[in-house]
Order: sequence, then C-alpha cells, then structure tokens
Amino acid sequence: MTTTTAQKPASGGRRLRLRVDLRQYGILGALAIIVILFQVLTGGKLLLPANINNLIQQNAYVLILAVGMVIVIIAGHIDLSVGSVVALVGAITAIAIVQWDLPWWGAVVVGLLVGALVGVWQGFWIAFVGIPAFIVTLAGMLLFRGLTLVLLTGGTINALPEGFVAIGKGTLPQPFGTMLGGHDVITLIAAIVVVIAFAASQWRARRKQLSLGLPVEQGGILVLRLVLTSVAVLFFAWLLSAHRGLPIILIILSVLILLYTFVLKRTVFGRHVYAMGGNLFAAQMSGVKTQWVNFFIFVNMGVLAALAGIVTAARAGGAVASAGNMYELDAIAAAFIGGAAVTGGVGTVIGAVIGAMIMGVLNMGLSILSVDSAWQQVIKGFVLLLAVALDVISKRRGPRM
Amino acid sequence: MDDTTILTMTDIVKEFNGIPALSGVSVDVRRGEVHGICGENGAGKSTLMKVLSGVYPHGSYSGRIDFDGHEVQYRSINDSERDGIVIIHQELALSPYLSIAENIFLGNEIQSRGVIDWDRTNKEAALLLERVGLDENPATRVQDIGVGKQQLVEIAKALAKRVKLLILDEPTAALNDEDSEHLLGLIDQLKDQGITSIIISHKLKEIRRVADRVTVIRDGSTIETIDMAEPDANEGRIIRAMVGRELSSMFPPRAPDIGEEKFRVENWTVHHPVDPSRLVIDDVSFSVRAGEIVGFAGLMGAGRTELAMSIFGRSYGVGISGTVFKDGEKISTRTIDESIRNGIAYTTEDRKRYGLNLIGDIRVNISAAAVSRLAKWGIVDGLQEYQVAEGYRTSMNIKTPSVATLTGRLSGGNQQKVVLSKWLHTHPDVLILDEPTRGIDVGAKYEIYGLINQLAAQGKAVIVISSELPELIGLSDRIYAISEGRITGEVSRADADQETLMHFMTAGKDDVR
Repeated sequence: MTTTTAQKPASGGRRLRLRVDLRQYGILGALAIIVILFQVLTGGKLLLPANINNLIQQNAYVLILAVGMVIVIIAGHIDLSVGSVVALVGAITAIAIVQWDLPWWGAVVVGLLVGALVGVWQGFWIAFVGIPAFIVTLAGMLLFRGLTLVLLTGGTINALPEGFVAIGKGTLPQPFGTMLGGHDVITLIAAIVVVIAFAASQWRARRKQLSLGLPVEQGGILVLRLVLTSVAVLFFAWLLSAHRGLPIILIILSVLILLYTFVLKRTVFGRHVYAMGGNLFAAQMSGVKTQWVNFFIFVNMGVLAALAGIVTAARAGGAVASAGNMYELDAIAAAFIGGAAVTGGVGTVIGAVIGAMIMGVLNMGLSILSVDSAWQQVIKGFVLLLAVALDVISKRRGPRM
Repeated sequence: MDDTTILTMTDIVKEFNGIPALSGVSVDVRRGEVHGICGENGAGKSTLMKVLSGVYPHGSYSGRIDFDGHEVQYRSINDSERDGIVIIHQELALSPYLSIAENIFLGNEIQSRGVIDWDRTNKEAALLLERVGLDENPATRVQDIGVGKQQLVEIAKALAKRVKLLILDEPTAALNDEDSEHLLGLIDQLKDQGITSIIISHKLKEIRRVADRVTVIRDGSTIETIDMAEPDANEGRIIRAMVGRELSSMFPPRAPDIGEEKFRVENWTVHHPVDPSRLVIDDVSFSVRAGEIVGFAGLMGAGRTELAMSIFGRSYGVGISGTVFKDGEKISTRTIDESIRNGIAYTTEDRKRYGLNLIGDIRVNISAAAVSRLAKWGIVDGLQEYQVAEGYRTSMNIKTPSVATLTGRLSGGNQQKVVLSKWLHTHPDVLILDEPTRGIDVGAKYEIYGLINQLAAQGKAVIVISSELPELIGLSDRIYAISEGRITGEVSRADADQETLMHFMTAGKDDVR
C-alpha cells in the first residue's frame, strides 16, 4: 500500500513501466518447454507436418469448449454438461442430415439452435431459480447423455456428406499451388498477414497507451515478444504448409479466439462477467443485472458446446452416443491451466487457448510415445493439479489484498 | 481480590496495527451480580469481551485478568469456557438442523468412548430447558423454534457447561417485547441461582431494569462504574458518561446553500428477510433538500443501513412499503438499476465486501456502476473510460500512479475515493453515504469531508450515515436519530450535541412522540 501511494502520479509523457506478468509468460514458457521436450523424446515426430495438422484437428473441440468455459469460470461457475451436449448435438445434426434430408449447412444451424436451447434450459435454472451451476450441469450431463442414447437407440449414424466432414477435416483448396518445395501458398500468406496485423495492432495499442500516460511494457520487451511470436507463428505455418492446404477448422478457431477476446475485453457484457467474478455483491450493488448475465453466459456456453459437437461429428464422419465423453474435464482443465482463478474474476481467452494447447501437445506427444492411455490420464491429472497449485501458492505469497 | 469479586480486569490495553482499541480498561464484577456494560459503537465493548474470553489470546494484549480468585491467561475460547466463562453473541451460534438437545451438548456430548448416550442427553436437556423456562421437546430442530427461544437454548447450553459468568452481547436486539421480558426475567432468576452475568446493551431501560452496577466505556477507556442502587442512577447519567468523545477531526469550512426539497421518503416500512414477522424499519418518513447534508445517527442494529439499502433498489428486506419522491414526484426504486437511473447513489458501509472489485483495477471499478454511459452498441469505449477514470483520479486526488492499479492494493482512504468516483460517474442527485470515513486515516477523512461539502454545494441532496457523533455534528445541517427502526428525533445543526442525540438514539419505541 505504501509503495503505491509513495509513487508520483503519471504526468505528461512520463513512461510508466508495466511489471511483467510472470504468470502469463509462465504458461507460454511451459507450452514451449513441453513442445521441445516431446520433440526431443519423440525423435522429431511431434512437429511433423501431418502431426501438426492432426494436433489442430484433434484438439479443436477443447479449444472451442475452453473459450466458453473460461467465461463460465470467470463468472464463478462451472459447466459439467458440455461433453454430453457435444454428443447430443452431434447426434441431432447427423439425424437432421441423414433422416430429415436437410442440407448439411441446414443441419449445422439446427445443431447450433439445439445448443442455444440447452443453454436457455440450464441458464434458466442457474440464473433465475438460483440452483448452483454445479448441480444444474451435473444433471445436464446425465440428461443430455441419456437423450443422445435415446436418439441413436444405441447405434451410430455414419456416412455424413463430404461438405459436412470438411468442417472438421477439410482444408482450403490450393488455387495458387505450392512453392519453395511443396509449401502451400495460402497458408504462408495467411501467416504473414497474421504476423503483420498482430504487430501493427500491438504497436498501435502501445502508442495509444503512451499518449495517455498509461503504463506500458518496455520497448525492448515488446520487440522481443513480437519477434518471438512472429517466429513461432511463421515456423508452425511453414511446417503446416508442407502438409496440405490451410485447415478450415483453423480459420474457425482463429475467428472464435479473436471474437471472444474482444467480447471479454471490450464489451459491457465482458465487463460485467469480470465484475461478477471479482465481487458478486459489489456488481449487484452497482446495478449489474447479474441474473441476465449468468443466463447469457450459459446460452453462449451451450452454443459453443454445440459447435464443438458439430466439429467432433464432422471429424469422426458420424455420430456415436459416446462422443464427447469427459470433454468437460479437458475444457475445465484448459481454463485453469491457462490461468483462470478457482475463485472467479480472473482469466483470459488466450490463456485458456494456451492451456488447451498444453493439454493437446501432452495428448499427442504421449500418444506418439505410445504411453498407455491409463498413464496419460495420470500425467494430465498431475499437470492440472500443479498448474492450479502454482496459482494458489503464488497468490498467497503475493501482496495481500 | 476479596471473595465478593469474581472478575477483575485491570488496565487492559489492546492495539490493532498500532491503533489502540482499548487503552487501559478496568472492570470489576462482583460475585452474583448482573453487571451492565454500556458504550457507543466502537467504544471497545466487544474487544474487551474478546480479550476476556481468550479470542485474543494472552500476550496479544497487556493488563491483568483475575477470575475466581487467581490470575488467568486464556489462550483460546476453550480455556475460558473450562473456567465457566461463556459468551452468548448477538448472532446466535446454533446449528439450525440439529435438535435442541444436540445443540445444548454440542462439543460437550454426554458420551462414553465416543458413543453418545442419547437417553441421558435428552433427560439432561429437558432439565436444562425447565431451568430456562422453555417449554419445548428437546428433540425439536432449532430452526423450527423462534429467535427468542433459540436465545434460551443458548443459555441452556451455557448452563450445561456449568457456567459461572454468563456474558450476553446485545441479547434482546433481535427479540420482540415479550421474549425480551422473558429473557430479562430469566437473568434475574439465574442471579438468584448464583450465576453472575455481564450484559452488554444499547437499551438503557433494560440495563436499568436488570443491572446492579453499570460500567461505561468510551474510546477504549473506563469512564465510571455506576451503582444502580444510587438515587441519581438513571439513563441520563449513563448517557452523559457514554458521550463526549473528543473531536478527533477538523472539518473544512462550508457555507450551506440549501434549496428546495429534493428527496423525500414517506411511511417506509421494511420487514426482516429471514423473519418476516419482525419490523426492521417501522413507518419512517424523512426528507432532504437540495444542497443539504442530512445525518442519520443510530446505534448498532438501529436500522440505519437497512433503511438505506431497502430504499436503494430494495437490496435489503422483504415486505417493503412506502413512497419515495424526488423533486416532488413519485419515483420507483424497485431495482438497483432503476434507483441509479432515477439519480440515487448508495455507497456501502463495507466497501471491501459490497463496494469494490478488489481484483479489478481503478478504471473498471470507477466505470462499474455506469459502464453503459461509456459504451455504444454494447462495446466499451476504452479511451473514454480511461479519460473518465483519469479525471476522477486527479479531481478526487486518488494517490496512485495510474488508474491501472488494482483497488485491492490501495489504502482505505483511496479505496473510498474510488467508490465515491464510481457513484459520481452515475451523475446522482441524491447520495446516501453509509459510514463514509470508516477505517480511514485522519488526513483522508478531511478530504472526504471536503468532497461531501462540494457535492452539497453542487445542489445535490446528501445523506450521511455515521456511528461517529462528532462527525455527524460537524458535517450535517440536520440530523435524524433512529432507534429500533423508527425515527426518534430530528435535530438541527444549531441544537445538535452528543448528549441530545444519544437520548434519542437510546430511546425505546414507546418513547416516540
């Protein structure tokens, strides 16, 4: 307390240094270490172009769920039902295509609507009746899994059309062919555009912060950060481009990440989510309509779970009742590994994405090493515990609130 | 210590972070008497009882405690209970889903080798219930009996521990007249059975009814012990001893410019959220004019915060009735959102719990109550938000390098300025400030007083709720005193002194009008 009050207020043009958020960089560092570790352990197999493509496609569902889950967790709730919703939406979408003869895009719309309805149902009980989300979504976990079994009558639905399967497995066509010895042109161009856009936006944000006298990170650190991220993005794009065209799912994921980062950081809704997680009473006393915010958080989670369900069905090329089993735990783990606080109020979309990537790399690396799936679970369990323990311990050591 | 004295506390000093809460309190309690302890909010009564019962262990305070003939050094509440000292707190500590008998012997079970003897438990419980005059089956769950009866269960529980000194903290605060009368009668009976009691109460009439002697504490020191058998020992004498706290702060100069009536509340009635049969606010009417600072004085539990919160978006209580007017027109304050849109702001007495997001920075805290003012199509204009927050940081003199500082890291005074900024940003016409200077240092207090004066000068109607009488007298143009949910007096600045206010604040509801 005394240190903050002792400092002089910012005055015209004085640069304030932002203390580096070690925790945020810590997760990134952990991801890098895990990637390098498995690259070495697998004798270079982890970063083979085909494996990178698989990594993205196999883990798309975690990323999508983690984006919704981190919002749920920031607001101080939990959602245990998303795995069952994945199965239910996969089944209904497949039925819509095969039995109702809907075009595949029509079936996707139906699937997303079902997800929204699921969210309305759960959001109603949580927000307006006041039943804890843990209970409502535990009930939903059983309910939606059961409904899926009823709909599929124990069987599976296969032979989904190509257009639908492409959502999960497809790549963009390669009208410009390849270059530099078989690297997809569109993927490389997309990577360069992303790098430039990211650098430009960071630079603009910094200039704005400087002009307002806001604290900024040191110029050197910013440059270092930009260089490192650019190198990483270009490197992975280079590897990926050697496989086939740009994966369609990667485009969907990028849009989601950008959209939800914006929603949490810049919208009134996002502001209310953080305010409620930080101090529910204070948010209520400030006039935040907490019931409606809670309701929409779960509607949103339902829609995202539906999208994950569609992606899962598309990748599998069919619907099975066991789809999405334990997905909720992957998503929850990703959010917590990515720095969301168990008590709510803290968390970012990008953190959850990195958390999901850590889980994904672990999955893939351990599979390549043909580690028994039983031991894979043990290892993932330890990683989750370690990540949250670090968070709790670092908070206890930090300045007391 | 002679045999007629059961407890002597000598020169007790207790500090919190260097700030004294008790600065040399001495009390002696005679064997078999009922001893009253009186004092204003924050005088140190509760701290003293926590020292006595070992909640603050020996070593964390200085001074000497003698009980039952020898010096004692309690390290925990278990130590003091072993000696027969039992405290019954204002907030009852019973487990609602357990039976009366189970509660009476909770932590003190009649058992052999870990197995409870239920026959003996129920039989003993029945005997104890008879002693406290409670006609209930010991197997009844505690949640199924009223608060008054629960209080008796607490006393039965104390008797089961073979209590020698029973301490009752505001025992009748939550009781109706009938239950209060029964309880006071029981205290008399226990006295006949040789049990000594200490009773802490704001209700001076009750103190006069049961207490043999009364010790008055003010600002952490013993003022005097009054023998109630003396001819001049009455409520007036106790009040004179209670008040007279030093004027610890200076007040910035102000020339009031009071206009038309801005805000009026009529026939406001509120019931308790848990026990709807209890009236918390009973037919209260008051008004505030533009540019006027109106104080609300009341002791703990009088209903000041409950009044404010029930008006502000009905955030407290059930069965609320009454009318709110602003500028002569009836307005609705049914939700907090509606109250804010109608130009009412309320800053809570507990800013950490209800006022701030401590893990959020100053910027998001300031914008929290009116973020839609800074947004278009649901998207927050970060630049404008920053400029607004920065504007308040400068004008309110929030001492921090930038608005990116987390509010949890600020001092109490700066936190309070953030809370005030948040509410000013809603552009209110009526501000209700609940304990605006609680827990902040003298310098910051002076600044807050200056801000309150400025708000009044801008023509806003300002209501200040405070436990500190000098503060209310120094700030307000007019003061309402509230007691047991009713307005018991209205005093203008010219007539306001601590003794007059305390008379109103301790008045029972029968004394009104």
